[in-house]
Formats: sequence, C-alpha cells, structure tokens
Amino acid sequence: MGNFDLLMHGFGIAITPMHLMLMVGGVLMGLIVGVLPGLGAPNGVSLLIPLTFALDPTSAIILLSSMYWGALFGGSTTSILFNIPGEPSSVATTFDGYPLARSGQSTRALTLAFMSAGFGALLGVIVITLLAGWASNFALKFGAPEYFAVYFLAFAAFIGMGSAAPMKTLVSLAAGLLLASVGMDSVTGSIRLTFGFEDLLGGISFLVVVIGLFGIGELLSTVQEGLRFRGVASKIDLRDVFKTIAELPRYWATYIRSGLIGIWMGITPGGPTAASFMSYGIARSSSRKGAPFGTGRPEGIVAPETADHSAGSCAMLPMLALGVPSSATAAVMMGGLMIWGLTPGPMLFQTQPDFVWGLIASMYVSNIVGVVLVLATVPMFAALLRIPFTIIGPMIVAICFVGAYTVSNATFDLWLVLLFGLVGYLFSRLDYPLAPLVLAMVLGHKAENAFHQSMVLSDGSLGIFFANPLVSSIMVIGIALLVLPKLVSLGSRFRRRVPVE
Amino acid sequence: MTKTKAGLLAATALMLAAPALAEFAPSRPVEFVVASGAGGGTDNFARTIQAVLTRDEIVERPIVVLNKGGGSGAEAFLYARQNEGDPHKLIFGTNNVYLLPHVAKLAYTVEDLQPVAALALDEFLVWVKADAPYQNVMDLVNAAKEAPGTIPFGGSQSKDTDETLVALIEQTTGADFKYVPFNGGGEVGVQLAGGHVAANVNNPNENAGQWQAGAIRPLCVFSPQRMAESEPVSGDMGWHDIPTCKEQGLEIESYQMPRTVWLPAGTEPEVLAYYQAALQKVAESQDWKDYLAKTSQSASFLTGDELAKFIETSEANAVKVFEAEGWTAQ
Repeated sequence: MGNFDLLMHGFGIAITPMHLMLMVGGVLMGLIVGVLPGLGAPNGVSLLIPLTFALDPTSAIILLSSMYWGALFGGSTTSILFNIPGEPSSVATTFDGYPLARSGQSTRALTLAFMSAGFGALLGVIVITLLAGWASNFALKFGAPEYFAVYFLAFAAFIGMGSAAPMKTLVSLAAGLLLASVGMDSVTGSIRLTFGFEDLLGGISFLVVVIGLFGIGELLSTVQEGLRFRGVASKIDLRDVFKTIAELPRYWATYIRSGLIGIWMGITPGGPTAASFMSYGIARSSSRKGAPFGTGRPEGIVAPETADHSAGSCAMLPMLALGVPSSATAAVMMGGLMIWGLTPGPMLFQTQPDFVWGLIASMYVSNIVGVVLVLATVPMFAALLRIPFTIIGPMIVAICFVGAYTVSNATFDLWLVLLFGLVGYLFSRLDYPLAPLVLAMVLGHKAENAFHQSMVLSDGSLGIFFANPLVSSIMVIGIALLVLPKLVSLGSRFRRRVPVE
Repeated sequence: MTKTKAGLLAATALMLAAPALAEFAPSRPVEFVVASGAGGGTDNFARTIQAVLTRDEIVERPIVVLNKGGGSGAEAFLYARQNEGDPHKLIFGTNNVYLLPHVAKLAYTVEDLQPVAALALDEFLVWVKADAPYQNVMDLVNAAKEAPGTIPFGGSQSKDTDETLVALIEQTTGADFKYVPFNGGGEVGVQLAGGHVAANVNNPNENAGQWQAGAIRPLCVFSPQRMAESEPVSGDMGWHDIPTCKEQGLEIESYQMPRTVWLPAGTEPEVLAYYQAALQKVAESQDWKDYLAKTSQSASFLTGDELAKFIETSEANAVKVFEAEGWTAQ
C-alpha cells in the first residue's frame, strides 16, 4: 500500500487554501481557452508558464494541470453547441453531441459530456495512482513498429466500423492523408507539397481545417436550410441536469470500455485525440439497437468524452516517468518542469515525491472542482442556443476566424478556414463522411513517421510489424477490426445503412 | 569564464554604455519568435529570457512569445524575412538559422537575419543503454565498422544537428551506422532506454532523467574540455566525470550547439545595441545561471565579431559534412 500512503501524503500537500484557489482559477481559465476554438490548452498553458516562475514547482504544476482539465472540459462545449470543436480531442464529440443539442436537448448533451469527462479523468487518475511504477515500464516497450501498430489500430477501429459508402470513405481518408503530408517530413527532411507557398512550410494546421470543415461548413448548411437553428426552443432547467445524471448508469459498458481505451492511449503515447476517435468507433460498432450513431445517441457523447479525459490524465504519467509527452499540452508542461529544475524521468517519483504525489492528489481534487464548475455553467451555455440565428450566426463566423488566427497568428490560415468551410459544405451535401479526413489529418503524419522509422530499422522488411508478441497482437487486432465487419456483412448479405455523422 | 571572454564582456559593456543606448526603446510589445514548437529546448530558452526581461523590467514593453516551429524552424526565419527592419521582433534559434538553407531549398538566406547574441552552448554526448557492451566510444565505432549499417543510431529530425554529428563521426572514423530520425530528443531518449536504438547523441537535459535512473549511460562529450563540476547525477558520477570524446580517441575536438537570438535584417544599429545590452543583463542574472545549471548547458555570451567568427567556423564545419554526405540543396 505504499502508493496509497504516498497519495494521502499528496492530499496533505494539494489541499491547502492556496492550492485550492489555484485549482479554481486554473479550471476557470482553462474553460475560457477551451471554449474559444484555436486558443487551445497548449497555447493557454504556455502563456501561463512565465507566470509560474514565481511559484514553487508543486503550486505551478497544480495551476497548469488545472488549466489543462478546464480546457478539456471547455473544448466539449462548443463542439456540442455549435459543431465547432474547441480542442482537437473533442472533434469526435461533435458527431452525436451536436445533433443531440439541436434536437432541443442541449442541457442533456452538455451534462452527459461533462459527467463522462469527469468520470474518465477520475478513472485515469486512479490508474496513475495504482500503476505509477508499472505503466512506465510498459511504455518503454513501444518502439517505432509498436507505435505504427497503435495508429493502425486507431484507423482500423474507426474506419472498419464505418458504414458510409466505402469509396467515399476512401476518398475522404486519402484527402486527409494528403493534407497531413504537407510541410517538412521529419524522417527525410525534405519539403513536400508546399507548391512554393511559404505559409505551407509548417504544414496545414489540423485545427484550422477542423474549424473550417465543421464550423463554417455547418453554418453554410444552416443558411441553405433557411437561416435558422432548429431546436432553439430548448427548455433550460437545472432539474434536467440531475435527470441526466440519473440515466448515466445505463451506459456503464460504454464507460468502462472507453475508459480502458483512454487509459491505454494515454500511457502509450497515442494521445487523447486518437483515444476519442477509437472509442467512438468501437462504441458505434458494438451498439446493436436504437437510433443510429450520428443522430444524437448518448453513447456517442459518452464514449469519446470518457476516453478523451482518461487519456488526458494518463498522459501525465509518461510525461513524468519517461519524459515523453503524449499530448501537446503535456509537452508544454514538460518544458515548464525543466525550467523549474525538475528532470522528468523514472527517478522523479523517488527524488521528488512531494511534487509527484501532490500533483496526482491535485488531479483528483481539481477534476471534481472542474465537474462542479462546468455543471453550474450548463444552463448558461445551453441558453446560448436560444439566441436567434441572425445574432449567433455572425458571432460563430467571428469565433471561427478568431480561433483559426490564434492557432499560429497567420492570416493565411483565414483563407484556409474559408476554403475548408466550402469543402465541409460540399462533403455534407454529397454525403462524404468528414470523420475519416479528420482522423487521417490527426494521425496520418504520426503513422507515416512510425512506418518510415520502422522501415529504416528493418531495412525495408514488413516482418518488423510481426517481430514480437506485443506488436503482432496489436496488428492482428487492427486487421481483425478492419476486415471482420466487412466479412460479416458480406456473409449475411445484409447491412444497415447508417450515416457516419 | 575565460579571460578573453571576460575581457570581451567588459569591452561590449563599455561599448554599450555609450549614449546609443538611450536612442532606442521598444514602443510596442516585443514579439519573441521561437523556431520550435512549445516545450522544446529553444522554447524554454526564449521563455526563460522573457521571464527575466519582464520580471527585472529590463524591457518595459510586454513580451509575447510566438512559436513558429514549422519546417524545422524555417517558418520563424521566413517570418523574419517578411518583417524586414521591424525592431520589435526577436528570433530565437540554434545553429539551424544558418544551417537550414544549406540542406533545404528555402525562400530565405542567412542575410535576412542579423545575429544579436549567443547566450549558451548546449553539449552533445554519445549515450548507450546501461547494459550495452560498449565501454567507450571507440568500442561503439569499432562495432559499427565490423557490421556496417546495422547498428541503429537514434537522433532527432533529419539532416539536423544530430544527424550531422553522426555523419561527422562516420566521416572521421569510417564507421557506418543506421541513422533513425525521431521527432525530438525526449523521444530518442526513451527509444534508447527501451533498447529500440543502440545509441544517441542527445543534449544533457534530454537524457538526464534516464541516466539518473540508470537506464542509459554517457560514453563521452564532444567538447574541448570536460563539462562543469556538478552534483552526482547517477551513482557517484556527475557531468564532470564524463570523458571528452577526444580523450577516448575519437578525433572530433568539439561539437556544440549555440542558443542564438536574431533580429530581422535592416534595423538601425541602435536597435541591435539595445537588445545586446538587454540580453547581457539576462546573461549576468542569477536566474540565467540557474537555468544553465539546471539544463546542463555551458555559459557563453557572444556578440559582435566574436559571434560572427563563431558562426563562420560552425557553418564552414557543418557545410563540409553536408557536402561529403551530398545533402546540400540546389
């Protein structure tokens, strides 16, 4: 029970008036940066880092991590209300969250998202508490081929289960992979597909594309349908919040499955975004009856949110224990750690127990603080949907462009938003699924790098992906997820047609 | 600090004490453009300077840090070119500022930027897994000679400082490694600790945690003399106990990466003087010394001619390696 004693010691450090204040402040600031698309958690945290020099490392990390949790919560809000993901990891939440909110149940959608997020985060922290030592050894087993296998599995889980027309899925996926390869390739160091545009050197930002595809694209569709948001007459009642909480136990299977996926992807640096997509894909495939996914299924919110947050909290573990950040925000925090004079690595747990366990204990407390704070904001956010479209429409346009500009302060990105807004509109008119494109943009580059590195290591032999039990089993699961559903559907000659989003 | 350096510092200080100082002060917020993503070594470098400048009120306008790490940092240098003559933008990089245009076809040249100062030197070491059979760097080199192209050598990025150093080792000794590029130093450190690569050439702070835990160990450092005395890091070994590569018979005198600050070309001389003076105050502050000690970098404040000479030598050496490897663009 060594870890338990250490955790109690950690609570002693984390629960002081000063630290509680930092948590509330951090969560609130995080909510704001999370709600504004573009100004995501990594930017928010890096803005705060210079301020933390005046604090001791434990207080500093509590402030930064609380901000991270806040941003993760906030990111879901705009996904659900306006179909604009505030954070890359909340893209999957738009698939069912937005339809549910539009059907007049915005309170329910938000409550589902926040409760799932809180549950996922707590699950993640518990795993960190119990497995602190063991998990970092597990992550060390992951070399380039294992990484590729994990990304492959994420693709397989999401695409294999997809039910849009296969050719359309392929087109969307290929477009995403193509977009992901723009810019400098880190394995060969050569510049690809920039066509002489200097602005494309850094690649096409995933967030900019997503803001265009979802935010502007959705807006254009709404305009075509007659300048109004459907479902504006949602009634807002705090009782709805409690009613939704009461229905949560019904989704226990989704919770546990998504939590496990998130934990795994958080520890092996797959990241929260991959986790949320994978979890959504698997939830869709394992649901048997009821309304199809993409039309506002509660599980479609529960699955990505739980996985997103359990991955987000578990991502702290490889950062502390190995010095490998599995999310962009963790990378920024690790930079902070180094500036404060702490060396992330296996010894951190031994040399700085106050810091490490203070942080872990604070994760329990600040996530609870976070859930309470965001639930209190639900009626306020849900009321936003009552505002007539003529007012909210232009505001969304402004938020989209401001958000896209904040990603890297580049005016070029504003043109991209416009362009991808049109692409998103066309895609949804022509029934092309957007999700494979987004997934390919997030994971395409990483998967390509891991594949390329594996090929360098093996001198070009694909056998490296089946060279040891770990990588082989991940690959086999991936292939099974990709092939089996198609085989089953071919076999039975019967397939339900369901829209992907 | 060497005598010549101290002398130069004094000389620069005198030069800067001249009335030129009063002639420029930022009238708008100053942008710190970082040629790396958030959280990297260059980012920490810039943010530490930002913190000191702001807290000690050396620069009285607000300072905003902007990360432009696209294209191995080329994004930041192109930004400098687009903002020619803007006195409110400082660019933070390493030797990539003047080396990138040699290996990639880019729309900027080093003339588009004006060097302000170098504030630190980051060291490079050869690291292997703790239980590897190699006791010194020549064991590793000889192993690579016996089985050419089979020993995987990890590094961060392609045709960047790490691969250049590995190529330099190969050219000096005739060994042949299998270079595998990863995204960053931290990642390469873990790949080594997990045994997925046989060696890497990480900077001290990228591998310190794994060394502390006894998962990996350093063989030698590419520096003319050993690193500064420090507390023991792993067991009873500290940074000073690591032999230089030359001591071990690897004929590479020194390979270090400067942390550099640049202005866009075309600003007035007073602007340069202003920032040099400000950065010098940073270099003399206790916070800066703490930062160097924590990240195990060597102190080295270079400006003016000394900086120009450093850049010239460093560039010439690297270009020699690029040419031998056939990496030069155009």
